[in-house]
Order: sequence, then structure tokens, then C-alpha cells
Amino acid sequence: MEALDGNAIGGLLIEVFGTEMTAAPTVCGNCGDARPVAELVVYLRAPGTIVRCRTCDSVLMAFVTAHERMCVDLQGLAVLG
Amino acid sequence: MAGTALRRRLTWQLAKVTAVTTETASVRTVTLDVPDWPGHQAGQHLDIRLTDEDGYVAERSYSIASAPGEPVAITVERLDDGEVSPYLTDELRAGDDLELRGPIGGYFIWEPDDGGPLLLLAGGSGVVPLRSILRHRERTGSTVPVRLLYSSRTLDDVIYQAELDQPARGVEVIETLTRHQPPGWAGYARRVDAALLADVAWPAAEMPLAYVCGPTSFVETVSQALVQSGYPPERVKTERFGATGGT
Amino acid sequence: MSPVSRGFHRRRQDPAQTAGRVPPGQYVTKDFPVLSAGPTPHTDLDRWSFSVGRRGQQKTWSWTEFRALPSQDVTVDIHCVTKWSKLDTVWQGVSVDTLLDLAGHDGPFAMAHCDGGYTTNVPVADLTGGQAWVAYAYDGQPLEPEHGGPARLLVPHLYFWKSAKWVRSLELRDTNDPGFWENYGYHIYGDPWREQRYAGD
Repeated sequence: MEALDGNAIGGLLIEVFGTEMTAAPTVCGNCGDARPVAELVVYLRAPGTIVRCRTCDSVLMAFVTAHERMCVDLQGLAVLG
Repeated sequence: MAGTALRRRLTWQLAKVTAVTTETASVRTVTLDVPDWPGHQAGQHLDIRLTDEDGYVAERSYSIASAPGEPVAITVERLDDGEVSPYLTDELRAGDDLELRGPIGGYFIWEPDDGGPLLLLAGGSGVVPLRSILRHRERTGSTVPVRLLYSSRTLDDVIYQAELDQPARGVEVIETLTRHQPPGWAGYARRVDAALLADVAWPAAEMPLAYVCGPTSFVETVSQALVQSGYPPERVKTERFGATGGT
Repeated sequence: MSPVSRGFHRRRQDPAQTAGRVPPGQYVTKDFPVLSAGPTPHTDLDRWSFSVGRRGQQKTWSWTEFRALPSQDVTVDIHCVTKWSKLDTVWQGVSVDTLLDLAGHDGPFAMAHCDGGYTTNVPVADLTGGQAWVAYAYDGQPLEPEHGGPARLLVPHLYFWKSAKWVRSLELRDTNDPGFWENYGYHIYGDPWREQRYAGD
């Protein structure tokens, strides 16, 4: 399955942040690549949702739902929003 | 962009299916009556959630095919090995309930004030959100010039063919059929490449706005070619649907 | 529970054929779903190597050397934490017992390192005694990249996220450090028969 982009997690991000996020600016904490959330690389078909930098593939965001609780990891981002 | 951020809860709600219409052999448009619909913008999508008797849940996203102000509708392509799409295209009927949430999206949207000229690039079912943009442009009386480049496998796969045969004033539709062309076909007959784009795209100097939607590989090829031809990356908006069909 | 969608059901195999082989909460599929958290790596076989041992003291094999090791054909059931199970899958690979005997094993835990950066942790006791392989063929064919080729770890008695794709080394350690998914809340061990999907299960 090919990767999608940040548009595919629009609903998830509203759930997590309470607001529309696909246009929000991001900066990769590893390589400094800057682009809106919508242009990040998204892997949905996994035990969780993984969002990666389009330039260096670093994990920027990870979302794992376990027993109705979601673990959200944003450590890969230098900037979000 | 900050001004378009919406602070609201995104809740699942039950919509009623009012119609399922056939676009092509594998594509249906599902029209919905959504009781608490707040309105949407052209290019946005909604999430669908299906639940079976064992409590198994499947969720997918589908672009909204209708313009703001029209009844909410999604257009779905049946994927052979799909879990959700065959249900929506083959099983669902008027009168059924469908659980959804939306509208979603603040990036891949167009309003007349965003201007143009507009270059819309569709690969397969990627045409769906672009059709919403076209209908919104017409309903608002916008005169922004538009070129739609639409790539399909065969003529039988072209969605909204009747509408696209009679485009609104100021809209040019260019089609390419990549797998098979009928006798006398006057359009393009290959996958979109840099040379085809050079023929069709607005020159970068005109500061066009481009929206590219379709399978991931189509979006990568086209968006990279546009940027290489001089389009600023921030004026090329992309939405990837994966290998085929919906998100 | 959300309202039931009329006429919707997921694909499932006849339960009678699979009694006793399906862990709790799983359903049987005939497909082989591809799940990935990142791009598929493509490693040239002449640059591929596989290593076993503590950091700095590893035994390493090239592809040619690895393929010359004694291998086994195994038929196993596999269980993904996303709830699908696939029965009677056929693999060919080198037993991890063989690799640990040749490398001289020492250390109660192993961290699998993979191309693309994926990691997962498994106790050595779960990699020995005929419970694990480094597999390079599936269903009689060379393992495809999307399923983990050139080679993946195969530990069928644990949830399949432990069967790390694109595996390049088993690093032996004294501590059971969490790998990629374990860090995000998946279970440190992952026994499907006790439904250990998430930390705390």
C-alpha cells in the first residue's frame, strides 16, 4: 500500500488537537524540512498511524490507540503550527 | 491560513442515504441527507464509519463531490480487494443510514478569493474533489480561468463525463486515456509526463494555483514536474489517494 | 457501540475449519495484508549482511554466506495485532538456534535492527528451541520487499509485529528495552494467546 499524505489524517488531528491542522506549518526536527501537515508522508495501514518527513523519512508524529486511549508522540517535530 | 482554523468538535453523526447513482461500472455517487451538516468548502472530505454485528469497525475518508450549498455527496470507486468500497457501491441503498463525520480539510480547499488561473490535475478518482471546486466556481459566478487535466485508464472509466463534456465558461477540460482509446480519440493517449504538462499547464509566470489529486504515484510525478517547471511549491496543493481509489 | 451498518460484514473464513487455532479477538484471512510504518527499503544483496551478538562483538554473514547455512522449511500460523490471522503459511529460513550457536550466544534479550530503522525486542528464550527463524522465502518464492525481503525475522508464537521485516541484526543485550511499537504502547512481550496487544494487558 502506497503512503498517503497528511490530508488523510485530517479527522484524527481534529480529534487530537481540537482544531483543523492540515494547513499547519511543520518543521522536521532532524533535517529542518518545512511543509504543511498535509504534505507529510502518512502510513495508515500499520498497528498505528505514522507520519514521516518527506525529505529524510524521520518519524515526526505517531498515533497509537490502545484500549480507547490514544498515545500521541510528536517528538520528531521541531515546529507544529 | 490561521484565520481558517476552526475550533469545533468533530462528532460522528448518522446521515441518511437519499440516492446511489451510477457514474461508471465501478463508481457510484452516494447522496446524503446530513441533519447537522455545518456546510463545507470545495475540496474537503468526510470520514465514513461502518460497524458490523460483531462490533468490527472500518473507517475510510472520501472527498465530497458536491459544491458548498448542494446536498452532500461522495463519489466512491469500488476497489476489487476493498473492504469498505464494495459495500458503498454495491450494498448501500436509499433509506440506509451511514455514519460520518466532517467536513474535514483546511489545505486542499479553494475559494473564489484564492484566485487563479487554476490548474486542476486529476488521476482517476482524484477528480472528485476537483469536481467540487469546479461546481463551486460555477455556482459563485467566479470567472477565474481553469484548466482541468484528467487522466483515466479508458473512456468507460471517466467519471462525470456528461458534465465535463459541457464545461462552464472559462473552463477547459483536457483528457488523457492511458490504457485504451476509442477510435477517433482526439485527446492525449499516455500517462501525464513533463511534456504533456508543458503543453497544458498555465505558464508559471501567470502565478497559477495547482491542485493535484489521485493515486500517490500520479501526484508525485505531476507535482514534481510542476515545481521543476517553475511553479512555487506553495502553489501546488496535493492530495494522495494511495494506489487506487479513496484515501 | 456505533449503530450497525445494514449488510456490512468483514470477510471471514468459516470458523469451523479453524477451531483451536485462532487466538482470542482474531479473525482468519486468506489475504496477506501488507502493513508498514515507513517506506519499503530495497537493499542490494551484495551489500546485505546479517549480524548476531552483542554490540561490537557480532558475527556477520554476507548474503552468500547466509544462504549457505542450513535452512528449514516451516509451516506456521501467524497473528497480527491488527486482528488478522493467517494459517499454514510456508516459509524457508535459517533457524535462530543455528545463528546463535554459530555466534556464541550470551545475553537474555535481543533487539532486532532493520533497514529503515525499525526495531523490536524479543527475549532470547523466545528465539531458541525451534521458535524463530530468519526467513528469506515465503510460499516457495524469494521473500518480496513489501513482505520484508530479502529477509525478515519470523517468530510466529508472538504477534507478528515481532517478526521484524528487513531484519539486519539481532543485538544481544542484558535489558529488555522496548523497540519501535513497544515504545508507543504495544506490549513488551506480545503473546496472542493471552491477548497481550498493549502495555498493561
